[in-house]
Amino acid sequence: MTKQITAWLQAAPIAIVLLGFLVAPIIMIAIVSFWGATEYSIYPAFELDNYVFLFQSSVTYTVFLNTFKYAAITWAFTLTIGFTVAYFLAFEVRNVKWQTALFLICTIPFWTSNIIRMISWIPFLGRNGLANSTLISWGVIDEPLEWLLFSDFAVILAFVHLYTLFMVVPIFNSMMRIDRSLLEAAQDSGASAAQTLWNVIIPLCKPGIMIGTIFVVTLVMGDFITVRFMSGSQSANVGRLISNDISLLQYPSASATAIVLLCTVLIVIVMLLRLVDIRKEL
Amino acid sequence: MTTISKVRYSRRSLLKTGGAALAASTLAAPMVWGQESKNIVLRQFGTGVSNLNEVATKVKEDLGITLEMTALDTDSVTQRAATQPDSFDIADIEYFVCKKVWPAGNLQAMDASKITNYDKIAGLFRTGKLTPESTIAQGTAPHTVGFVDGPSGTSFVDNESGWMTLIPTIYNADTLGIRPDLINRPITSWTELLNPEFKGKASILDISSIGIMDMAMVCEAMGEITYGDKGNMTKEEIDKTFAIFTEAKKNGQFRAFWKTFDESVNLMASGEVVIQSMWSPAITAVKSRGVPCVYQPLKEGYRSWGGGMGISANLSGMELDAAYEYINWYLSGWVGGFLMRQGYYSAVPETSKDFMSADEWGYWFEGKAAAGDITSPFGDKLAGSGDTRDGGSFYDRMGAVACWNSVMEENQYMVRKWNEFIAA
Repeated sequence: MTKQITAWLQAAPIAIVLLGFLVAPIIMIAIVSFWGATEYSIYPAFELDNYVFLFQSSVTYTVFLNTFKYAAITWAFTLTIGFTVAYFLAFEVRNVKWQTALFLICTIPFWTSNIIRMISWIPFLGRNGLANSTLISWGVIDEPLEWLLFSDFAVILAFVHLYTLFMVVPIFNSMMRIDRSLLEAAQDSGASAAQTLWNVIIPLCKPGIMIGTIFVVTLVMGDFITVRFMSGSQSANVGRLISNDISLLQYPSASATAIVLLCTVLIVIVMLLRLVDIRKEL
Repeated sequence: MTTISKVRYSRRSLLKTGGAALAASTLAAPMVWGQESKNIVLRQFGTGVSNLNEVATKVKEDLGITLEMTALDTDSVTQRAATQPDSFDIADIEYFVCKKVWPAGNLQAMDASKITNYDKIAGLFRTGKLTPESTIAQGTAPHTVGFVDGPSGTSFVDNESGWMTLIPTIYNADTLGIRPDLINRPITSWTELLNPEFKGKASILDISSIGIMDMAMVCEAMGEITYGDKGNMTKEEIDKTFAIFTEAKKNGQFRAFWKTFDESVNLMASGEVVIQSMWSPAITAVKSRGVPCVYQPLKEGYRSWGGGMGISANLSGMELDAAYEYINWYLSGWVGGFLMRQGYYSAVPETSKDFMSADEWGYWFEGKAAAGDITSPFGDKLAGSGDTRDGGSFYDRMGAVACWNSVMEENQYMVRKWNEFIAA
């Protein structure tokens, strides 16, 4: 009995924090999403107008599709790069000191803010930027490449740059837990390096991959500032739709979009968790 | 007397002034007055354009009033004026925003008889006419939202009723900015924004209420659409306008859209963009980096905007008096001169004249060639001897306004179309 009370008490602080700062705001957003709005104010009501408009507008579908596109492409790149980096750190670098040192180097970009890391791409990729002038001086191109900046390419480049570490860390963590004797056993049984990778390492890294995937997908789907800056405001994702509504005082409509986005992201995560039982594998 | 004075204190000012106020309220009445106006704090917010620390320093010096400034972007200004009435005493907003914010009831009408220089305020803000012969431009012209029917009036009236919503502070005529060194030919019309010659090198601003106006100026100049009123379009007019711009966007006409002042400066200075909608101080900022940039007057005229200060509905007594005192000081000339030397216009131009040199007045207001270097109040050189201002004199520029920034009746429809345009 006392043990149970202690357990409840131990869980209480985090539960209270989550209730107050996560659950309550979400409930509030859900309530406001049914309210009505005029040009300058919002009024309590229970109407479905916001949702009806959302589901009838072709913009919603274009923008959600675009959001998924960004998430999928970014996921593919961050996974490939993140897995490779983690593999190198875990299996190629044998010395623990070096492993720690190299791992710390990976985190160096995180010492500056997200926004600064993103914005520093703009002068680099610009029409007269470093990338274009270097390519021209090497004679690779004659005219500056316009699609380097203010394009989907730039958006995805920034996403990959910002979020790859979120893949590296959990995958690296999973790899370090793999019992090295399993790899020896695979080798002894005559498996090639590729077969070991595919049949031993990847299955054992699944929880890490899944955690990284959840990080990247939710971060990309919830973003609005990267898309705004890197596309030069020319592309839209769901986050920008919400931020536009907020700036025009359309809080109920912004809330409705936010709720739909939240549900979409939750569905994606549930589907991902179906694939791997993280709890069991951790 | 002392009890009345005490009652007049709002809770906040009591907290702020603390002991001094308590001490003062126990003293004799005339003494109390002197103490109070020195301790008054007014909280003002607005866009970065006019929220300048120099003004706060000067008002402290001249009147003893402490001004706390908060600078926000256009959208956030609207948001705060409409939703956070307790967070400000003075709202420095644009006239077109007034249409959105006034019905929220967070501002109070001002008694024009308490404004010393009321009769000298430019005609644009009182009758809508710059000179008696001028025609009134389209859009939300400031005088149409400048007056209400009484001290607690909620509906705008079309005459000088004596109850003002905002006191005009600062205004200007906007046009396209260009990079003359990268274009190398004269630009005379708004149509050039969609000229395929500038494919991938044009930009407009991503603030729907202003962007739609620039679009309308272009479409009208192209002869594609004739608007009844560009400031109050019908749904069909909105659809047609967006159709033209969506096609241009898909063809890659635009390099980027910008939302903040800094973005517009960077796009222009880096050469990413050679023609775009721009604000006057942004041109100055590009020039001060040594990059040539012209605020190009166009034959179809300007898109104009005006800002003004409104008083929070919560203000009363001492603080209200201080707010009037501050506003009268604002119109008395020093601020006007300070703003005009940056290229804006002051609501009461003639009082500013005393605070500018004859050469500055000639250059900025009369459109004359500068006799010597023209510098900004911050000391940057903006023009040299012999230069004239883009667009000429005050009457040339403000007389050629085609349209004022506005909020349309179909605003919500327009905003949805704007979202579609961005996502297209």
